[in-house]
Amino acid sequence: MTTNTQATAKSSALLSVLFVALLGGTILFVAGHAQSAALHDAAHDVRHATGFPCH
Amino acid sequence: MIQRMVTSALIAGFVAGLLAALLHFAFVQQYILLGEQYESGALTHFDAAHSTSDHGAMTAPSEGDDHAAQSHDDDAGEASPLVRNSLTVVFAGLIYVAYALLLTAGFGLAQSFGIAITAREGLLWGIAGFVSFQLAPALGLAPELPGTIAADLTARQIWWWGTALATGTGLALLAYGRGYLVWGAAVLLLAAPHIIGAPLPDGFWGVAPPEVGAMFSARVLGTALVVWAVLGWLAGRLWSQENT
Repeated sequence: MTTNTQATAKSSALLSVLFVALLGGTILFVAGHAQSAALHDAAHDVRHATGFPCH
Repeated sequence: MIQRMVTSALIAGFVAGLLAALLHFAFVQQYILLGEQYESGALTHFDAAHSTSDHGAMTAPSEGDDHAAQSHDDDAGEASPLVRNSLTVVFAGLIYVAYALLLTAGFGLAQSFGIAITAREGLLWGIAGFVSFQLAPALGLAPELPGTIAADLTARQIWWWGTALATGTGLALLAYGRGYLVWGAAVLLLAAPHIIGAPLPDGFWGVAPPEVGAMFSARVLGTALVVWAVLGWLAGRLWSQENT
């Protein structure tokens, strides 16, 4: 029973980790790497100043 | 758990993003504007090089800086400096929130392995984040001044993500892994992107003076180290406060 609860807690913690990592990765992709012209122009200076491949 | 992770990442990320924007305007933006003047042809590298003295060659571009930037903006009908700089603050915030989320996800993963994170670990993780997301990618793809010549964009982006992922995983295995096999795999992960090599252009014909590009790259990396260190320390501190 205790083992089951611990296992559930651990897998829910890992799910949270995965969710937060995916959220971070998605924002990083959209703000830093997505190639839409509007996004590129808006984020232009930061993309250059953060060392992302830009043009 | 998700809510706590997201909240502390948002706080640490926005603070780091504001610092990033501040350092950007103090140290980096002037080189972007200068690079754009060479890119647009408002300034030409070889005219400057033909100045009578070395001193003249160094000062000539910066003297024309403001005037040319303004006329370039007016001519092209681009966003006003206010809009442009506001967007820089917003996107610096977004990108450092993204980094803070990734860092906090790493803290959560560490915790599930029984590793406690404090401000001190956070600082080290922040420096490791700088190495993974800035320094290691910069070894193959130096931060690009506007107008820099570079290879195909998609190929560079794939190499960038691969390098960040491999370097972050490699550093984590080196720090927390046990045994020669794991450490060997870590070294291999750290080296692989550079053995494969970043996509490079066929030749170089950039229009800006190398000095401008070099200063830009150095300042991008220097300011990023400061911001990542603050981000890591703060995220670690918030994490340890919430988990005690």
